[in-house]
Amino acid sequence: MQPAIEVKHVSKRFGNVRALSGIDLEIHAGEFFALLGPNGAGKTTLISIIAGLTLADSGSVSVMGHNVITEYRQARQSLGVVPQELVFDPFFTVREILLIQSGYYGIKHNGDWVDEIIERLDLTGKANANMRALSGGMKRRVLVAQALVHKPPVIILDEPTAGVDVELRQSLWDFIRQLNQNGHTIVLTTHYLDEAETLCNRVAMLKEGKIIALDSTQNMIGKLPAGKSVRLRLLPDTLPAALQTLQLSHSGGIVELRIDTYAQVESILSALRSAQIEILEMHLQQPDLEDVFVNMMRNSGNEVT
Amino acid sequence: MIGFFTLLYKELLRFWKVGFQTIVAPMVSTLLYLLIFFHVMEAHVEAYPGVAYTAFLIPGLVMMAVIQNAFANASSSMIQSKISGNIVFILLSPLSYHAIFFAYIIASIVRGLLVGLGVYWVTLFFFDIPLAQPVWSILFVVLGSAILSALGLIAGIWADKFDQLAAFQNFIILPLTFLSGVFYTIHSLPAGWQYFSHLNPFFYMIDGFRYGFFGVSDISPYISLLIVAICLVAISMLTIRMLKTGYKLRH
Repeated sequence: MQPAIEVKHVSKRFGNVRALSGIDLEIHAGEFFALLGPNGAGKTTLISIIAGLTLADSGSVSVMGHNVITEYRQARQSLGVVPQELVFDPFFTVREILLIQSGYYGIKHNGDWVDEIIERLDLTGKANANMRALSGGMKRRVLVAQALVHKPPVIILDEPTAGVDVELRQSLWDFIRQLNQNGHTIVLTTHYLDEAETLCNRVAMLKEGKIIALDSTQNMIGKLPAGKSVRLRLLPDTLPAALQTLQLSHSGGIVELRIDTYAQVESILSALRSAQIEILEMHLQQPDLEDVFVNMMRNSGNEVT
Repeated sequence: MIGFFTLLYKELLRFWKVGFQTIVAPMVSTLLYLLIFFHVMEAHVEAYPGVAYTAFLIPGLVMMAVIQNAFANASSSMIQSKISGNIVFILLSPLSYHAIFFAYIIASIVRGLLVGLGVYWVTLFFFDIPLAQPVWSILFVVLGSAILSALGLIAGIWADKFDQLAAFQNFIILPLTFLSGVFYTIHSLPAGWQYFSHLNPFFYMIDGFRYGFFGVSDISPYISLLIVAICLVAISMLTIRMLKTGYKLRH
């Protein structure tokens, strides 16, 4: 099947800074894909190259099979991009903006779909308000709406939930998830790793312009060397000798013990009971994408794929 | 074509929504020039035999208003979009660079013509100005404003900051306009000065435009037309090339 986005050997320099070096990436149609990485890793540069806002020094990019340089019109028609910065045109109202944006994509009578997006993004009350009068969260929603006016098969969101309140974040993700279920390919960058973990089926991690990990979200978490753990606050604050071998850390009155299976919890509890140590608090820790992320960023020097 | 018409509509709406600032204000300042020069100069100059100075001045001022506003429109629209970042919506869209070029240029021509027509219309109440060959006037005012619109687009794309744009305007556009014969006929100038005036493309726009009013000009309107047309083609090609390569727009 034709990939939604195909990036081949893309490199980009800004002066002396190597923003991207030899990126290869294929995002399949229908995927919900996350690009993760610390600030300055090259996520936005990569997105800009896919969107045609930045020109790669070498390599090629295509969107739905259309090269972003030689077939830029078809490529851009297939793509909806939510930029990271809160940009807006202060001369127009929300509805005007969306109808104008439709026109740029060659769509003449788009009122029905525009009204639907306005409603889905909870902008109905602001449809005729000037862009200047909107709060940051509202402006963010308009940016999302603008990216959707032409129903693009591929949607890229560059940190869409930065500075957005929890409620909106939830409704935004519901909407985006529904778009994904309707067949749209979704690519997002985010700093909230829990979002990427719950939403995305595949993740790429970037560091210093290189992809250091690319896998399904589940595999990525599964690969973590550090497994599950249990954190305890005990009275008295001592650990029986039998449990010493499991100890990962012990500070601030909290003991962290490594476990491989949840069944092990039972033996830990009985060991504590027979030593007559009381449990004041207990938390089970599971590895999540954040652990993978931290682990990757720390060890990436020798793990480049 | 829908994309082009939408961008054109947006660009027209942009200045129309602030019409007081973009149309009425420049009309007023142009009419102030006229009032001052009329007061000072009326008694003692005749530009051409039988053409009073004020009558001579009015087409010059109309043309000046047209080209200044055509330039201002394209340049300020572009730089505002660049600095506020909303140019991204145009750059992300499948609009062709030809569509972008023509939409910006035509909208700026329209604004220039609106200001020029406004000035001309007001002067009709006070002065009796002939319009001997209107086709020539229309031709030159459209071509002249197109050149300045394209220059405005170039300046807007090139400038990173408002003060760079102001420099472009103050050190290039304004001298070329003022020294082009808006306020005087170049035959009244010393020989060296006259020679330099002939190197100024704006001179041909204004001279040709004036020919449409009085049927008299410093240079044959055919020569002026040729020079203005060549300038327009050259500047348009440069502008389209900048848009195509993404100069200062796509990094």
